[in-house]
Amino acid sequence: MSVLDTDPREQVQVLAEGGSVVEGATVPDLSEEEFVEMYRTMKLARHFDQRAVSLQRQGRMGTYPPLAGQEAAQVGSAMALDEQDWLIPSYREHAASYVHGLTLEGTLRYWMGDERGNKLDDLNIFPVAVPIASQVPHAAGLGMAANYNDTDEVFMCYFGDGATSEGDFHEGLNFGGVFDTPTVFFCNNNQWAISVPREKQTASETIAQKAIAYGIDGVQVDGMDPLAVYKVAKAAVDRARNGEGDKLRPTLIEAVQYRYGAHTTADDPSVYRQDDEVEEWKAKDPIPRMETFLRDRGVLDDERVAEITESIEDEVAAAIETAEGFTRPTTDSMFEHVYADMPERLREQKAYLDRLQSKHGDEELLE
Amino acid sequence: MSDTQNLTLVQAVRDGLKGELERDDDVVVFGEDVGKNGGVFRATQGLHDEFGEDRVFDTPLAESGIVGTAIGMAAYGMKPVPEMQFSGFAYPAFDQIVSHAARLRTRSRSRFSVPMTLRMPYGGGIRAPEHHSESKEAFYTHEAGLKVVVPSTPRDTKGLLAASIRDPDPVVFMEPKLIYRAFREEVPDETYTVELGEAKTRREGSDVSVFTWGAMTRPSLEAAEQLEGDIDVEVVDLRTLSPMDWDAIVESFKKTGRAVVVHEAPKTGGLGAEITATIQEEALGYQRAPVTRVTGFDTPFPLYALEDYYMPEAARIEDGIREAVEF
Repeated sequence: MSVLDTDPREQVQVLAEGGSVVEGATVPDLSEEEFVEMYRTMKLARHFDQRAVSLQRQGRMGTYPPLAGQEAAQVGSAMALDEQDWLIPSYREHAASYVHGLTLEGTLRYWMGDERGNKLDDLNIFPVAVPIASQVPHAAGLGMAANYNDTDEVFMCYFGDGATSEGDFHEGLNFGGVFDTPTVFFCNNNQWAISVPREKQTASETIAQKAIAYGIDGVQVDGMDPLAVYKVAKAAVDRARNGEGDKLRPTLIEAVQYRYGAHTTADDPSVYRQDDEVEEWKAKDPIPRMETFLRDRGVLDDERVAEITESIEDEVAAAIETAEGFTRPTTDSMFEHVYADMPERLREQKAYLDRLQSKHGDEELLE
Repeated sequence: MSDTQNLTLVQAVRDGLKGELERDDDVVVFGEDVGKNGGVFRATQGLHDEFGEDRVFDTPLAESGIVGTAIGMAAYGMKPVPEMQFSGFAYPAFDQIVSHAARLRTRSRSRFSVPMTLRMPYGGGIRAPEHHSESKEAFYTHEAGLKVVVPSTPRDTKGLLAASIRDPDPVVFMEPKLIYRAFREEVPDETYTVELGEAKTRREGSDVSVFTWGAMTRPSLEAAEQLEGDIDVEVVDLRTLSPMDWDAIVESFKKTGRAVVVHEAPKTGGLGAEITATIQEEALGYQRAPVTRVTGFDTPFPLYALEDYYMPEAARIEDGIREAVEF
């Protein structure tokens, strides 16, 4: 029986909160190196996130959506993708995107208000989708195109618990089912859509069970257990790629997790939730959990952990330095990517802005 | 004389909502994060505690659902005041707004109306991510059956919001978030209305008329002040974009013979075009120069590294005024 056949009202887990393997669970077939990489990437994501929030606080970056608490869901799922597969993010998948090849400076560049941070040539990553759930039908459509072109790419689409209330979520899953697309619909259920808790979002017992309505499998996983996430995501990616008996190829995965911080740096969660709740969820924290698992297997010791900590701090610091060194995009770039061929009127407007810049200087226009 | 409070524009939104919630039991306020959180801009702060879950509540994250249910409530006789968190996120509800809110009266031959006030912050300049900065008022003014209101001062905000909520037809109430907290003004404690469809002359002048609204009112006034002694600029804040106060526009233009329209929205198909065409139709004989438009560009609103280049500001508006006067 596939792990995807689990009742969508039950939760798949591999690592217990303390980091031991739960009874009867099988550990996914990854190399020691891959396990360490999983751990290192989660730790890197956590550190990056802290630095990014602090950059925003210091006025060195605009609004930023933090991911702390959600590392296992992002890293575990993205590690299940092959290089040829596609990642269709919402706006919080900095860690998943990193796993799939996006540099940290690329992520910073985008949140520093520079569109080039979204120009991911050579990477199979779709641009950030800020409106909620709008990327879900895109992921189904990408899968339809792959079917038409007879490729074996898989499309992993991320969205939150709030997104499951939008029409686009339902339409995307419905198309996925009807057209049997190679799409994995991955819900990062972090319990809060800004200030609205999961139980006010839907009267369904689980989000995973919504899959039943579209004729596809839905599975709920402990989203703070990286091994369980990887296991479920890998099974879903394999089924999307290869099919499996009479099963339809898409899967809805609900990864149950918690957003430790604010929705974005513009949000103040102390207004709508209690600190105890955050502390309760921190008992499930994926990073110590994975660390314990690796120490128990003799793969990690204090020395190795210290090395990893130092290397991620260096990597993040270097990325920040690179990102802050990028020059401001030119004003021409505002006009250059609207159409393949710039219409005459846009040329005129571009020339007008050039004249404004020469006449008034950037300082006055940017005041 | 009634007491006043010194309020920002967003506080005046809150005060206006509070006044209408107190005044009329049929008024309900709902949307994403408007309850316990008090709105992402704090426009509904404290209202959930004060009026309870029946009157002020959070909804699932679904704009089409929010507006669609508001239409049902309005048709039943309630006065819903739903919020779109940002105007850039209103598009899942666009079908409900234009196909139903705007048309239910027509469709039912006035048996049903939709006395809904759909609040949405709009406009740029706040260093926000994509879709948080657009000015797409022309989408709504293009739709018959909708009224469109854009306040520019705290005092007007409270009065226009009350008038919108009491209006028998749907109003899209667009709030200039750039100036949510930019300045304060004395706002009466008691409820009052500012009539929809009436422009307000913010500055009298005889050489040229600037027609503008929302967050562009302040830089327009700044430009006018910069030019004082040289060019005598009149600044007309339109306040309601549909129905537009054509009498005020034409009257001002007949006096000055020159016009500049300032809006954040893209130039092509923006309301500047409609204002220009109406001036030609109604007052061609008075025209002394082509109408100048100072607007956003015909590009998607850029991420914030470039947004200050996109938005008209005082220096650009001054240029536009000179162009009209020196023709």
